[in-house]
Amino acid sequence: MTTFPLKIVTPDGLQFEGAAEELIVRTIAGDIGVMAGHTDCVTPLGMGMATVVIDGEKKYAACIGGMLSVLKGDVTLIPTTFEWADEINAERAQDSERRAKEIIENKSASDTELKLAEARLKRSLIRQSVAQYRNVR
Amino acid sequence: MSSATAKGIKTRINSLKKTEQITKAMEMVAASKLNHAQAQVLNSRPYFEILFSTISNIAASESDLSSPYLGKHETGKPVYVVIAGDRGLAGGYNHNILKMCLAEIEAKDAIVLPIGNKAVEYFKLRGANIMAESYTLAEGVGVGDCFSIAKTLCKGFKSGEYSEIFVGYTNFVSVLSQTPAVLPLLPLKGYEKGSSNSTQSDILYEPSSHEAFDAIIPEYLGGVLYGCLCESRAAEQAARRTAMDSATQNAEDMISDLSLKYNQIRQTAITNEIIEIVAGSQ
Repeated sequence: MTTFPLKIVTPDGLQFEGAAEELIVRTIAGDIGVMAGHTDCVTPLGMGMATVVIDGEKKYAACIGGMLSVLKGDVTLIPTTFEWADEINAERAQDSERRAKEIIENKSASDTELKLAEARLKRSLIRQSVAQYRNVR
Repeated sequence: MSSATAKGIKTRINSLKKTEQITKAMEMVAASKLNHAQAQVLNSRPYFEILFSTISNIAASESDLSSPYLGKHETGKPVYVVIAGDRGLAGGYNHNILKMCLAEIEAKDAIVLPIGNKAVEYFKLRGANIMAESYTLAEGVGVGDCFSIAKTLCKGFKSGEYSEIFVGYTNFVSVLSQTPAVLPLLPLKGYEKGSSNSTQSDILYEPSSHEAFDAIIPEYLGGVLYGCLCESRAAEQAARRTAMDSATQNAEDMISDLSLKYNQIRQTAITNEIIEIVAGSQ
C-alpha cells in the first residue's frame, strides 16, 4: 500500500517518525482519516483514540489535544499527550478516574476545580478504553 | 607582628577552603540538574521545532485576512513573557536576559509576565507594568501552566488588549554557551510579507479556519512557551555550573597564593629566631 511520511511529536519527545499507511484521529469535529495523497489540511485535535497503520499492522494510542497538519504530503501530528496502548498504565488511569469522580461529586468544589476534574475524568476514560486495545492487531 | 599576619593568612586560607567546598558542591548540584534539564530539552526540541515550522508554514501560505492572529493589532500594549531563574549565582544568566528584555519593554511601554523569582523581583524593583506575579518558581512551572498562560494571552490578544506577544528566554546552545533571545509569538510571522509569497491558500481547515485557528493558536503558544522554559532551565544550570567551576578555580588559585605567602612568612620568622639564638650564644 502507498505510504506517507508521518511524524508524531509531543512535548515529551518524538513518538514516531516513519512511513505509515493510514492514520485515524479524533479531531474537535469528529474522526478524520488520512491516507497518502491527502490534500493540505490543518485541524485541531480533540480527545480520543488514534489508529496508525504501519506495515499493515494497526497500532492504537490515546491522543489528546494539539493539532494535525498535512502540508505537501507530510503528515505531522502534534498532540499534547500521545500514549501507545501498550504504554498506558491502566491502574493509574483508574485511580485518576476515581479521584476525578470524587471531586465532581463533592459539591463544594469550585468551578475551575470542576473543570479540571472533568478533563481529568475524560482523559482517564480514554486511556482506559484505549488500553483495552493493547493486544488487538 | 609576623605571627599575627601569618595567623591572619591562615584564617583567610581556611575561609577560602570553606568557600571552595560550597562552590564545588553547587557545581556538582548544577551538573546533575543540568543532566536532567538537558534530557528534557532534547526531548522537547523536536516538538518545539516542528510546531514552530508547521505554524510558520501555515501562516506563510494563509492569505485569509480575517484571522485575528495574523495581522498586527493597532490597539493595546505589547506583552513580554520573560523567563529567568529562581536563584542567583549563575554567572550572567539572569542579568543578560533581564537587561535585554528591560530595554525593549521600556522602549515599547509593554506589559511584563515574569517567570522565575529573579525576573519578578527585577521588574517589580523597576516599576514595570506586571501582569501577574504568580509564577515565582520557574522550576515549578509545568506544561499545564504553560497552556493556561497561553490561553490567557490569546484571549487578551484577540480582544485587542495586547497588540503583540513576545517571549524572552535563554537559548541553550551548548553546555558552554547560552544566548538570551526574544522570540515574537503573536501575531504570526510570515504573513506580513503579504501578497508576495502567499499564493491562493488551498489548505483545508476542519471544521473552519476560524475555529481551527482558535483551537490551535493557544496550543501553539503553550507548546512554544514550554519549549522556551525547558531551554531556559537548562541554560540556567549550565551557566551556574560554569560560574561555580570558575569560582572553585579562583578559590584554588587564591589558596595556593596565600599558602605561598604564609610559608614565606613562617620561614622568615624561623630564620629570624635562629639569627637571634645564634647572636645570643656568641
